Amino acid sequence: MSEGIVTASYIGATILFILALGGLSNQETARRGNLFGMIGMAVALLATMFAVTANLEILIVGMLIGASIGLVLAKRVQMTQMPELVAMLHSFVGLAAVLVGFANFMDPGRLQHFTGVELTIHDVETYLGILIGAITLSGSVIAFGKLSGKIGGNPMLIPGRHWFNLGLLLGSIYFCVVFVEQSAAGGGLNPLLIMTGIALLFGIHMVMAIGGADMPVVVSMLNSYSGWAAAATGFMLNNDLLIVTGALVGSSGAILSYIMCQAMNRKFLAVIAGGFGTTTGGGSSSASAEEQGEVVALQAPEVANLLADSKEIMIIPGYGMAVAQAQHIVNEITKTLRSKKINVRFGIHPVAGRMPGHMNVLLAEAKVPYDIVFEMDEINDDFPDIDVSIVIGANDIVNPSAQTDPDSPIAGMPVMECWKSKTTIVLKRSMATGYAGVQNPLFFKENTRMLFGDARASLDEVFKNL
Amino acid sequence: MKIGVPKEVHVGEKRVATTPEAAKQLIKLGFEVAIEAGAGSAAHYSDASYVEAGVTVVKNSHEIWTESDIILKVRAPELNKGEIDLLHEKQILITFLWPAQNPELLQKLAEKKVTALAMDSIPRISRAQKMDALSSMANIAGYRAIVEAAQHFGRFFTGQITAAGKIPPAKVMVIGAGVAGLSAIGAAKSMGAIVRAFDTRPEVKEQVESMDAEFLELDFEEEGSGTGGYAKVMSKEFIEAEMALFAEQAKEVDIIITTALIPGKPAPELIKEEMVASMKDGSVIVDLAAEQGGNCKLSQANEVVQAYGVSIIGYTDLPSRLAGQSSQLYATNLRHLLTDMCPEKDGNVIVDFDDEVVRGATVVKDGEITWPPPAPKLSAAPPKSAEKPAEPVKIKEEKPSVAGPFITFGVGALALLGLGSVAPTSFMAHFTVFVLACFVGYMVIWNVKAALHTPLMSVTNAISSIIIIGALLQISSEEKVIVWVAGFAVLITSINIAGGFGVTRRMLEMFRR
Repeated sequence: MSEGIVTASYIGATILFILALGGLSNQETARRGNLFGMIGMAVALLATMFAVTANLEILIVGMLIGASIGLVLAKRVQMTQMPELVAMLHSFVGLAAVLVGFANFMDPGRLQHFTGVELTIHDVETYLGILIGAITLSGSVIAFGKLSGKIGGNPMLIPGRHWFNLGLLLGSIYFCVVFVEQSAAGGGLNPLLIMTGIALLFGIHMVMAIGGADMPVVVSMLNSYSGWAAAATGFMLNNDLLIVTGALVGSSGAILSYIMCQAMNRKFLAVIAGGFGTTTGGGSSSASAEEQGEVVALQAPEVANLLADSKEIMIIPGYGMAVAQAQHIVNEITKTLRSKKINVRFGIHPVAGRMPGHMNVLLAEAKVPYDIVFEMDEINDDFPDIDVSIVIGANDIVNPSAQTDPDSPIAGMPVMECWKSKTTIVLKRSMATGYAGVQNPLFFKENTRMLFGDARASLDEVFKNL
Repeated sequence: MKIGVPKEVHVGEKRVATTPEAAKQLIKLGFEVAIEAGAGSAAHYSDASYVEAGVTVVKNSHEIWTESDIILKVRAPELNKGEIDLLHEKQILITFLWPAQNPELLQKLAEKKVTALAMDSIPRISRAQKMDALSSMANIAGYRAIVEAAQHFGRFFTGQITAAGKIPPAKVMVIGAGVAGLSAIGAAKSMGAIVRAFDTRPEVKEQVESMDAEFLELDFEEEGSGTGGYAKVMSKEFIEAEMALFAEQAKEVDIIITTALIPGKPAPELIKEEMVASMKDGSVIVDLAAEQGGNCKLSQANEVVQAYGVSIIGYTDLPSRLAGQSSQLYATNLRHLLTDMCPEKDGNVIVDFDDEVVRGATVVKDGEITWPPPAPKLSAAPPKSAEKPAEPVKIKEEKPSVAGPFITFGVGALALLGLGSVAPTSFMAHFTVFVLACFVGYMVIWNVKAALHTPLMSVTNAISSIIIIGALLQISSEEKVIVWVAGFAVLITSINIAGGFGVTRRMLEMFRR
């Protein structure tokens, strides 16, 4: 097949990918968008496969095995495990980037194709592709471990970690120079391997230092990295399709990270540097952690009565709902209440859960109609009209001290102003603090009622009493 | 213990201290309840309904007073009608007593060696809201004030455009936005009137506005909040400004409801004679403070005075005029108090002075006058100074500097030029594509709904596996190592492609309206 047709196919695939992302602007067009994405991928693969001259059987077998594993994963995964799955898939992109980079480096034709500046640029591209790929790989593996609970969610802060990071950065720059020099002379495998080690270490260290609540940022950041890795690989291979797709994915992840950081009022660099509230937390958290008053606990039947008597209800889900798998019973309760002409809505904080949009997916899985699920900015002004807000397994995103206490580690973070509603019911397992480790004055407010226990068990009980 | 409810002897008093419903709850607490025959009839609670609730109906009033351990009443025992003489040692009397106004009565009760709890002295703290009979009664009085005003007012409250002409809505001014004032605002508002309200305590502004009424403000700085959620006496200058406001409003409004009271003081005179004269013919003033001397110069307790064509209503028995409703609320307040005083639910009450509510309400204990109680510590609304620190955290707003973008663009441009000067053309072509793609991505991604961020991540995941193309290009190599490395890369990227698209599809299927 001629070069022109391949290029034309690539252009088509590029457009289809852009349409796939554009389709996600609303739920109606999103399904079609996903289809565009699949077609685009198929077009790109077919066009490239004509260039394959040998070892087609390895290719086919690899693709078949991979695709079957992927499909099974996609079918089996529970919606609460989406963050883990996404993290795992990121690690695959990272690994692939590393592998393709090495394969490219080992290609003997490399030195004939490129000379002089071109060779240097090509080497730097290879080096960067492997570097980003390796960071994505190890970072995603750690993120996967943290999200699935195999590794503790607390930030691991080694002393002098910023110097450690700086050292790793300088090390990789140094080895880049060494690599470029040796590569021109025909060698260079050793510096490349050492750099891969450094990058892997960097990825591990970076994600280990980030706390559970910052996971949405981490996941979107890794998403971004996987895109940049693809783009760097594209430069290395002189392939525009890879460059464009990588850039699309990279900027998508970067924007998501930015949105998540905004939602937590945190600087991106501070998140990456790791450790929630370690700079300001020391003094003030001990001051705000002292006893702030009495909480009023309710039993499930009383909650049911309260709900049945109200007109406007807002449900604020958090990670606790995902952990307790309570989304289905939430939907049952919602249906019952809506059949009684009670206006039930959902308010989603951008960083609720462990990845962007996590709560929306869970609610969608439970068949909650998406037109009653709102973003924080859409409904935050409505709280004074709400009779009952139900907070399910969320803590920091409903913490009023973000607005009232300038010393709080979460000061300035946008929060759901549920305390403005007439009554707030908080479902919680115990009085423990959230990930930020900040006591929540919401629980002690006069119009707040607590319903202690596992979210699903409590809601089951409430549902029975409705 | 035995609870006795005698019939009220005060002329015109229609309320009764317990209802069948409340009595039923008291019996559940272990009390025996007896009521004088006909005690509830004026409030439309028949003797039969009490019997049905398990209450003993006693014909003889004397028997109630002598046989009961606890006497529940609405009005304070009357000195001249012999009620006080019927009390005996160790009895507990719970009723409205107004100890500040009735020192003589207090003395009498002490002589009788009884324990007396004044429902009007229950401290106004959050926990005691359910027993706050003053608020219950004030609520009813405020509502009834509007009903009385409507009766004497010759027009509609609500505005209408009819075939026979246009009806302007009535304008109501409520002075004093306490419980009664707010209740009056609510009632007048629901009848369609235009309502304005004034209060010396600025913190009630929000409450007034929450009821959709207009809060009249003075151009004057003075804080009118006293302890316990009540108002205090204001300075002379403030009162002058206030008077000017009222004089101006009087010319305009049709109905004035005054509820201004300062605890333990005669009611402030707010509506002067000339203001009444300036009101429109047919206007109505309802003076809820008539009993304490009246907010209006011309009002007389328990009378409707006609002056300058204005009806000035000074009824002091407004709650009694809604006897059924007020009996129900009062009985519930009493029941809550008894529930708190009977923690064991065994029908025995304990007068526990460690309980702030009981301590506040008890004016005589076993013959000793215990009034006034130590001052309550909490104001119903926190004083302003405490609210100040709660200012929202200011989010730092960085001034958009002109230099900032220039520097950024400058550095960017220099970097690009530097790159362009050394890099070969082929690289620059790819770089162009890369930069443009970043911008396209930027534009497209901002349009993605927050609800779809998870599908966005999984689909970008799938398409970033386009890196498989790299592996495809390498798999035909002659080097075995490269073939296997590329083969492995194909395998894992295929997982990613199928898994990413598959799970996105599954998720998007779930988003249903």
